[in-house]
Amino acid sequence: MNKEIKKITGSEAIVLSLLEEGTEIMFGYPGGAIMPVYDAMYNYQDKLHHVLTRHEQGAIHAAQGYARVTGKVGVCMATSGPGATNLVTGLADAMIDSTPIIAITGQVGAHLLGTDAFQETDVVGISMPVTKWNIQVTKPEDIAPAIAKAFYIARTGRPGPVLVDITKNAQFGMCEFSYEKCNYIRSYVPRPTIDEHKLTEAAKLINAAQKPMVLVGQGVILGNAEDDFKAFIQKSGIPFAWTILGASVMPVDHPLNVGMLGMHGNYGPNIKQNECDLLIAIGMRFDDRVTGDLSRYAKQAKVIHMDIDPSEINKNVKATVAILGNVKETLPLLTRLIEKKEHTSWRAEFDACMKVEQEKVIKHDLFPEKQGLTMGEVLRRVNERTDGDAILVTDVGQHQMIGSRYFKYKNKRSFITSGGLGTMGFGLPAAMGAKMGAPDKQVILMVGDGGIQMTIQELGTIKQTEIPVKIILLNNNFLGMVRQWQELFFDKRYSMTKLINPDFQKIAEAYDLNHSKVTSRDLLDKAIEEMLASDKAYLLEVVVEKEDNVFPMVPTGASVSEVLLEAAK
Amino acid sequence: MNTVEQYTIIAFSENAIGLLNRITIIFTRRNVNIESLTVSESSLHGIHKFTIVVNTTAAQVEKVVKQIEKQVEVLKAFFFTKNEIIFQEIALYKVPTEELLRSNMIETIVRENNARIMEVTQDYTVIEKTGHEYETSKLFAELNKFGVKQFTRSGRIAVTRSNVELLTAFLNERESSRLS
Repeated sequence: MNKEIKKITGSEAIVLSLLEEGTEIMFGYPGGAIMPVYDAMYNYQDKLHHVLTRHEQGAIHAAQGYARVTGKVGVCMATSGPGATNLVTGLADAMIDSTPIIAITGQVGAHLLGTDAFQETDVVGISMPVTKWNIQVTKPEDIAPAIAKAFYIARTGRPGPVLVDITKNAQFGMCEFSYEKCNYIRSYVPRPTIDEHKLTEAAKLINAAQKPMVLVGQGVILGNAEDDFKAFIQKSGIPFAWTILGASVMPVDHPLNVGMLGMHGNYGPNIKQNECDLLIAIGMRFDDRVTGDLSRYAKQAKVIHMDIDPSEINKNVKATVAILGNVKETLPLLTRLIEKKEHTSWRAEFDACMKVEQEKVIKHDLFPEKQGLTMGEVLRRVNERTDGDAILVTDVGQHQMIGSRYFKYKNKRSFITSGGLGTMGFGLPAAMGAKMGAPDKQVILMVGDGGIQMTIQELGTIKQTEIPVKIILLNNNFLGMVRQWQELFFDKRYSMTKLINPDFQKIAEAYDLNHSKVTSRDLLDKAIEEMLASDKAYLLEVVVEKEDNVFPMVPTGASVSEVLLEAAK
Repeated sequence: MNTVEQYTIIAFSENAIGLLNRITIIFTRRNVNIESLTVSESSLHGIHKFTIVVNTTAAQVEKVVKQIEKQVEVLKAFFFTKNEIIFQEIALYKVPTEELLRSNMIETIVRENNARIMEVTQDYTVIEKTGHEYETSKLFAELNKFGVKQFTRSGRIAVTRSNVELLTAFLNERESSRLS
């Protein structure tokens, strides 16, 4: 008797493939062209936890939040047509922030492709510029290899989002299933060969430098190289500043941490980039928000650029020495070659800058004397009560800059934000994903009244899934960052930035969330304590000063040396 | 670095659906126009070769080539100035046969330009010329005095001055990394 080879549906092959890759949690939204997969999932609910979001954008941002705190690949799923197009913002966000994401979309049957069938959209075409790789699968037997390849591409090299579009006939069709993980693609080189010679050259520059400065980015986090980075810093004695996505590479109170880079970064790191003699860029990409005017950026300095992505080298800033490779491998090699040093007087120059910033900016932000509440003092009180152990997720805008500037963290992967794309609406779903990825941590979302309304429907997901996210809604009834620019650069013409908001307390009520609202300073501490003590989700609305600005600020087109500490009078 | 010059980009890739789109997006995004584009199988079985001509700066072409190479299915990409490659284009011209027969002028032009006549029918004659753009353009101008009815020119094809396909070293390296 012939041995019967067991066949399964393509849909079941999708579920089994995800399980083979270690997927435990995924985020998604069903619809016509993905229904067979949802049907197959029904039998695997004990192994694969599917979180039903309220919008596909919420699903992918949640997957991003999950991926960012865990270091695993985030998985989301949507149907064809509008389901698929609703993923696009998240794909773009994950692409620019190098987040490993697998997006699986349903597609109309292969025989209907290109016929303008109901809910058909060319998602492979649409998503090409915003995915690291994508593929359409039209046969059930091609599903497992495609998913294996997708995971391999998403998580290796410079990570990124991958979209797998699967036609309905492939989901329904039968196939044999055997899963083979992918670990080699001929045309894809995720690990560049390390050039020892470059390491020697770099070490020479480092050993000779009088005023070296490290710029660290997310590459260190993505490479799980935080400890290797620490060893490098400890031995070299070089002060380091971080990009917004490099936040939480090292505990905020490390003695060589001199602060954040960027448009609203710290004063010292900004101006010192134009005074140092050596810039050592580690896993960062010289974004325009970091460099300001490139023609007046660090011209006096030699530059060592360490990155895994060859296309980042010389893209914005010309490297004197470029070290290609995963910093997890290159940093220890470099540390071995450098001399143990201290740069005490150079380090002290940053302290002098910090003193100025303290006086002109930080004091006002954290210990305001005016009546209105500031975002900074809210975060300061959170810091005082979480001992650096929380995870902070932000949305985009003024509060994001306050969050990145003042959040006190101890742990790796504890600051999650939309850096490159600046996606308003990212915060709430990303915080859900972050909490699901780190259930033992206090996950706090800082969000503005503008941003929360872009994905506010995810409060429904929080209710249904009972995700205990702590939401601090900083309400100034304005699109604060745009208002700030209007104040500073558009003659205070507040065009379309005032918001007439709903009663957020009633909204929280409707979703059965614990909630409270604070309008005065004396009630703030108690409210924060109550929020943190809650073992359920909580929405704390704090009404903050309307006309408050984030400083320091490097205006667009200005040099980092021209960073402003206050509005020009 | 900032002067605009003509560059020929040669990229080798796997034969994958949609890759052409991924590659052209790189140019579109940077507002760089593609002057000509040819895709065909290379001397290596299963490996395709893109030949793309652009007018841009050295800095820009370098970045574009890195972005092309970054695509998962692209094996390797290179760029060259005119002097570093041997290249050719082909052009076809359709003229009225009546004009060909009226005098020996068209025949003389064809001879002088090293072109050749491919097909003659009662109504029209098709002439073929391979050469660089200035050569095929010159022939067009000469033939057009007799009324060119149709004209088409192919994208550029090019080979490098190296002995082997540039890709070979890369493929060997990849093969040994797969086995290790």
